[in-house]
Amino acid sequence: MNRLAEIRKSLAIACWFMFLTFPVMVIRVNTIEKVIDWRWLNMLYIGAGSFAVSLLWRYLMGRAAGGPKPAGPEASAPAPPLQRLREDPKLYRPALLLLAAAALAYPFLVSTYQVNIMVTALMYVVLGLGLNIVVGQAGLLHLGYAAFYAAGAYTYALLNHHFGIGFWTALPLGGLVAMLLGILLGFPVLRLRGDYLAIVTLGFGEIVRLVLENWNAFSFGPSGISGIPRPGFFGIEMNLHGATVYLYFLMIGLCLLTVFVVRRLQDSRIGRAWIALREDEIACQAMGIDKTRAKMTAFALGSTWAGLVGVIFAAKTTFVNPASFTFLESAMILSMVVLGGMGSILGVALGAFILVLLPEYLRVFSDYRMLLFGIIMVIMMVFRPQGLVSGIRRTYEYRKGEPVEHGTAAGR
Amino acid sequence: MDYFLELFVGGLTRGSIYALIALGYTMVYGIIELINFAHGEIYMIGAFTALILSSVLAMAGMSGPAVLVLASVVAVLYSACYGFTVEKIAYKPLRRASRLSPLISAIGMSIFLQNYVMLAQTSDFLPFPSLLPDLDFIRDSIPFIGPTELIIVLVTAAIMVLLTLLIKFTRMGKAMRATAQDRNMAMLVGVNVNRVISQTFIIGSALAAVGGVLIASHIGRINFYIGFIAGIKAFTAAVLGGIGSIPGAVLGALVLGWTESFATGYVSSDYEDVFAFALLVVILIFRPAGLLGRATTQKV
Repeated sequence: MNRLAEIRKSLAIACWFMFLTFPVMVIRVNTIEKVIDWRWLNMLYIGAGSFAVSLLWRYLMGRAAGGPKPAGPEASAPAPPLQRLREDPKLYRPALLLLAAAALAYPFLVSTYQVNIMVTALMYVVLGLGLNIVVGQAGLLHLGYAAFYAAGAYTYALLNHHFGIGFWTALPLGGLVAMLLGILLGFPVLRLRGDYLAIVTLGFGEIVRLVLENWNAFSFGPSGISGIPRPGFFGIEMNLHGATVYLYFLMIGLCLLTVFVVRRLQDSRIGRAWIALREDEIACQAMGIDKTRAKMTAFALGSTWAGLVGVIFAAKTTFVNPASFTFLESAMILSMVVLGGMGSILGVALGAFILVLLPEYLRVFSDYRMLLFGIIMVIMMVFRPQGLVSGIRRTYEYRKGEPVEHGTAAGR
Repeated sequence: MDYFLELFVGGLTRGSIYALIALGYTMVYGIIELINFAHGEIYMIGAFTALILSSVLAMAGMSGPAVLVLASVVAVLYSACYGFTVEKIAYKPLRRASRLSPLISAIGMSIFLQNYVMLAQTSDFLPFPSLLPDLDFIRDSIPFIGPTELIIVLVTAAIMVLLTLLIKFTRMGKAMRATAQDRNMAMLVGVNVNRVISQTFIIGSALAAVGGVLIASHIGRINFYIGFIAGIKAFTAAVLGGIGSIPGAVLGALVLGWTESFATGYVSSDYEDVFAFALLVVILIFRPAGLLGRATTQKV
């Protein structure tokens, strides 16, 4: 409204940031040569930058506050294009076909490097969907997911190192080990709620990583295990490009399997139980749902996917060490789930793609990419806290004149 | 016996630092139920600011306690400003969002602040000048306690007392307790909740900065990554004691400090962190709400 006041406020904010960033941005001390580097130009950049950002921020926030929001976030009249795409079969069938064609053609059109990135992205899609079972559906905040990913990777690496077991045997074993580990974690955390659960999962993740790092006799310590073979295809030797493409199709297959299983789970009895658990634990118990079992299955099933992807990760990089499974990794996977939209398969997949591909294509800004990445995470959350694609809530509409069916609900 | 006492004092020192950081976590959690992942970064920024200022002052020819006081006061003020700003940017717009959104925003903020310091300064370890006065006579009279350790413990104890007084007896403390109990009710009786939240962030960040300055001058070197581990440990301490409870945070931090110290001394320094987290898991199995946390009965 009042332009002048807006500008004055932005100026004040610019001054505030210039003050705030002064010691870190302007002064650089060289402790060895005992000279101080005064970088006043940085201050100017910060001032100008924060002034511009502040004006933009104000404008956007003003729009967000003034829009048709308050009535209800999902109730806005024109459906966004993404939602229309999801709901109209006339639109999504050709879109799916197009996507499938693109996915099939992709590895033959681009370089090995690009295919490799896509394999990573697909791996994170599966990881995101797996974590989504625990966080998005069952509502258990899990901050140690990387531990299960590590379990899968180390299962393959160690079994191969000691017994020469191949990829295809290790794949289910990796899933199984991760699942058992998930159940093992499930026991102590059953009684905990909310953030206590979060910190225990975080601690558990760190314990697993630290043990891998320090138990040299078992896991070869920080130097890790190298020389893990890539997956074979009936004994045919493949060059690097061939192996990558093969892995790509393997991942496509695993992704499809995951999406299928997750979809079926969502509509199953246990999936409903998870949603009930997420919404209200007490009400859920009162409805006669076995809370313990629901939580355990969520942990076990969620972890299994991490184990499977872990095996593929080991096969892809042919090298594992504990540094790949830090807390940041868990945080990253969780960010994919939340950024994309919890509980929504499309959303999680989108989140995974964005968070893998964004730093990759931000490489142009090399040093600044993690900085930008952090900012983008904050901005995304501020402007779209429900994530890119909000999960569909199953609703039953009661229309006048229609008889209410009684018997069917009891049978489920 | 001397070895035991040495470990005991080491644990106490460590615990004191954890306590200073854990208080910020627990106070913020008590009021807005948010795990402020960027809190460790505030601690790191405090240490960096102190390092930069003390170097500048030292090169300008000042020396002794003046540098210490000036650098740490400014570092604490700056960290408080950072805490305030982070809350305004990353958490305030998310007040009404679901529980996970501010958490992701906090992780983003943490990544941002780490990289900001790394790019603006350096990714190497920087030597931190020993700002604390070297009281050698203490070493002579009590062999197992280092002078800096003694200062850390005393400063922490003094701050705890001040904080307790602040929360128990001032108007601001009362408003904080009211907001922690029930934010809506506090609003109804006229507490400016937004201001209380800002104050909490400011106090928490200032405490973290005190911890940052103390530990940096105790260990003698810092880099942009120190906030992360310290943050996770302090959060563990806060949960161990029962998150939201101020005495709980201090107790949890001390227990954690001693566990780590004794584990390092008697078992192996490699598994120090494993012991810390294992202790957390074990305690939470038997006391799911932490050591001093009250088990709340849920009303339907």
